[in-house]
Amino acid sequence: MSGTYLGMPAFPEAAREAVGNATLRGNLRHATHTIRAKRAKAVTEVSDWAELREAGKRIKDHTLRHLDRYLVQLEESVTAAGGVVHWAADADEANDIVTQLVKMTGESEVVKVKSMATQEIGLNEALEAEGIHAYETDLAELIVQLGKDRPSHILVPAIHRNRGEIRDIFAREMSEWGRPAPEGLTDTPAELAEAARLHLREKFLRAKVGISGANFMVAETGTLVVVESEGNGRMCLTLPETLISVVGIEKIVPAWQDLEVFLQTLPRSSTAERMNPYTSTWTGTTDEDGPQNFHLVLLDNGRTDTLADEVGRQALRCIRCSACLNVCPVYERAGGHAYGSVYPGPIGAILSPQLRGTGSEIDASLPYASSLCGACYEVCPVAIDIPEVLVHLRERIVQGGEVTSRGNKVVLRPAKGHAAERAAMRAARWAFLHPGVLRTGQRAASRTRRFHPRTLPGPGRAWSGTRELPPVPAEPFRDWWQRTRGGKDGDR
Amino acid sequence: MNSRERILGRVRRALADAPGDEAPLSRDYLREHGQRTVAQTVDLLAENLADYRALVHRTDSDGLAGLIVGLLEKRGSASVLVPPGLDEGWLAATGVPRVTDRAESTPAELDRVDSVVTACAVAIAETGTLVLDGSPDQGRRRITLVPDHHICVVRVPGQVVSSVPQGLERLDPARPLTWISGPSATSDIELDRVEGVHGPRTLEVILVGED
Amino acid sequence: MRVALFLTCVNDTLYPDTGRAVVKLLTRLGVDVDFPSGQTCCGQAHYNTGYRHEAEPLARHFSDVFGEYEAIVTPSGSCGAMVRELYPRMGERARAEGRGDTLAATLAPVVPKTYELTEFLVDVLGVTDVGAYYPHKVTYHPTCHGLRGLGLGERPRRLLQAVKGLELAELPGADECCGFGGTFALKNADVSAAMGADKVRNAESTGAEVLCAADNSCLMHIGGTMARLRTGMRPVHIAEILASTEEEPAV
Repeated sequence: MSGTYLGMPAFPEAAREAVGNATLRGNLRHATHTIRAKRAKAVTEVSDWAELREAGKRIKDHTLRHLDRYLVQLEESVTAAGGVVHWAADADEANDIVTQLVKMTGESEVVKVKSMATQEIGLNEALEAEGIHAYETDLAELIVQLGKDRPSHILVPAIHRNRGEIRDIFAREMSEWGRPAPEGLTDTPAELAEAARLHLREKFLRAKVGISGANFMVAETGTLVVVESEGNGRMCLTLPETLISVVGIEKIVPAWQDLEVFLQTLPRSSTAERMNPYTSTWTGTTDEDGPQNFHLVLLDNGRTDTLADEVGRQALRCIRCSACLNVCPVYERAGGHAYGSVYPGPIGAILSPQLRGTGSEIDASLPYASSLCGACYEVCPVAIDIPEVLVHLRERIVQGGEVTSRGNKVVLRPAKGHAAERAAMRAARWAFLHPGVLRTGQRAASRTRRFHPRTLPGPGRAWSGTRELPPVPAEPFRDWWQRTRGGKDGDR
Repeated sequence: MNSRERILGRVRRALADAPGDEAPLSRDYLREHGQRTVAQTVDLLAENLADYRALVHRTDSDGLAGLIVGLLEKRGSASVLVPPGLDEGWLAATGVPRVTDRAESTPAELDRVDSVVTACAVAIAETGTLVLDGSPDQGRRRITLVPDHHICVVRVPGQVVSSVPQGLERLDPARPLTWISGPSATSDIELDRVEGVHGPRTLEVILVGED
Repeated sequence: MRVALFLTCVNDTLYPDTGRAVVKLLTRLGVDVDFPSGQTCCGQAHYNTGYRHEAEPLARHFSDVFGEYEAIVTPSGSCGAMVRELYPRMGERARAEGRGDTLAATLAPVVPKTYELTEFLVDVLGVTDVGAYYPHKVTYHPTCHGLRGLGLGERPRRLLQAVKGLELAELPGADECCGFGGTFALKNADVSAAMGADKVRNAESTGAEVLCAADNSCLMHIGGTMARLRTGMRPVHIAEILASTEEEPAV
């Protein structure tokens, strides 16, 4: 993944900063609460939501189960329709392929449709290193790019910015990149959208190369699908002469008909709309309409490693709607940057440690970035049981075991830093298997309760820093039960 | 080993232990939501188009040319893009200079045109969606993108379906498709919807009754 | 019917009043309730922290202790969900690890007969009015594992609405997690505390004296936050409200 995130602190440290930032908390709260209610309404409108969700899950599971076959079929159909298919095992290879393709056109700038896959591989930085300027054209991506910032949400990468901050970024930075912001720009969303329209228009009109991802690829027909709102996607997909699409191999669906499920569930889950303003589908090239050169770069970059894990592979069903982020109480308070990945929120917490492995501090901390409240699973339109995968990854971290890394099976050792916890868990297990020991411990706690401190030292401070400890009762329940024969001898 | 073989090999190894699933997928979701008459379906289309800020007009084939000229005049359009196969009669009443959709036109040239008039391939009532498929009466994809004012004519009820599944059945995946649900919009500022970004900021839809 | 009370290790150690309330309530409703003294812990904390293999012997122990009863009632949504949702999954995982069906077969008998308290009252005993009296303004927080794991739905609220003298106030943002999350409260203390503070502020905004829930683990976190923030509110387990009567009112 992108080098931008190397050396990120573990989630709890990054989150601590975010929790203390009142502006950020306010921005995230406002945005996530706005979309939550709307999504719920958009979903209620369709009476067969449960069936659509189940169908989406099963289509994706079926595709993943036969991914080799569908990849080969997709390659054949895209090629037959006039496209050129490339295969990239990792980020470096994908970046090299795209860089070479752009260089072959002789161009030194490209316009980009918002794409998670190209962010994941750090394509913009790789192109920049070769002297090619990549212009982000999605409004939120533009805000992030102009603000020299990092994305913090899958759908709305600038969700951490409010309108006032966006106005300031536009007024300050647009002139550096092209057409300056209009004089006297205010912070009304309509004016900000207009400023983006004017700024980007000159780039669209002169662009010769467009770069995109795709929401879906249809194996049967070779069709790619991009779902968007602003029209920047259409600009990049139709005005340039050359189109390069970088797409994760899990984005396949087998048949044209399968889109009938996802084109109903995706818009309602992501922007809470019946349908997003624009959806483009294209199959190879069309004579005299749109790009005459089309390249599809199929990206692995950890996806096959994820596929190898029986429990974790369900993360590959994800259609990047971001509903799980919007309902997540942890995301709402920690913000997207704390997740140290282009994939933040609950889905990021299970995707990043699988795509990248659990070797880094941030990736090893992500599976714990959840209270397991289950809100993410409840809203997921492809029924990814995110809490199940989180717990599974916790297990991988504390117990180690066999995983697949870059296509090779390796055995992970239990992570360091969990030794005390592991010992405590074992001790607790032992005590719980010996009820007499448990009772002795309970009685000791009750007898000494006058001497219990109100706050705890060491790791216990994590609790008592913000919360009172519960008082220990005079006797545990089991003693009362024994003493009174379940209250038959009187309650007291 | 090239990357193609490497990736396919990784996929096959990853799935080596996975159980098979040859049972056919049950599609027990609905083909359409609710029961409506033809007229109610057209009304729903109009309602949902309007809900996402498209301007909806209704007429019959006799009134169509007059309606279009009225819309262009009201807009003050000085030029109008026309796909090659557009019904001649639709623009019969207007003297606004026409710009033909040609392969040679540059995007900058298209940007100087005020309006575009097209037909569509299918319209989906439940979602308020128009789908264009690049047929001669709809033109190249870019002509409905660059000008700021798009007038789209839908023949009702013939071109109207209820639902997304029914819409997909009617469409040819080999053609480049553009699905349009209202004018361009964004939710990128505080996750609230604002209309009008890069695509046409004014979308006018004419539902024309078939004789 | 032979009904066993699975009180949970947290309630046994820290909240015996909740246990006494469950016994009083069930006895009043004519249920002969037993407390098998061999019971300890369902293994939830182990499982959710990543120690599934450490949780397995605890699950087997649970099955040994409770297997003979016709119904197992627990005043904890999360421990109930552990048995109902996660014991079957532990069995599946053991099978996937090539350890056969033994674990699944051992755990299978206790899964369908484990009930969270409000579920047992409404679904098994078929009562919503349990004859309780509690003259206080109460707001109800549906805990996550009860709400989304077990699908308790309206059951707890229906029980509370039938309590004489009780005024039920709607809790804004009720279905949002309180931030406890077991070891999450320690591992991500800052986020946990922020979630807890928001929950407490929402509860305070209702003007209720009491925040009620069906899980003392969550109440330990919410109550600890209430005390630290010096709100006038108290956390009370739903069993203690339902056990309270005009003759013997809870404080």
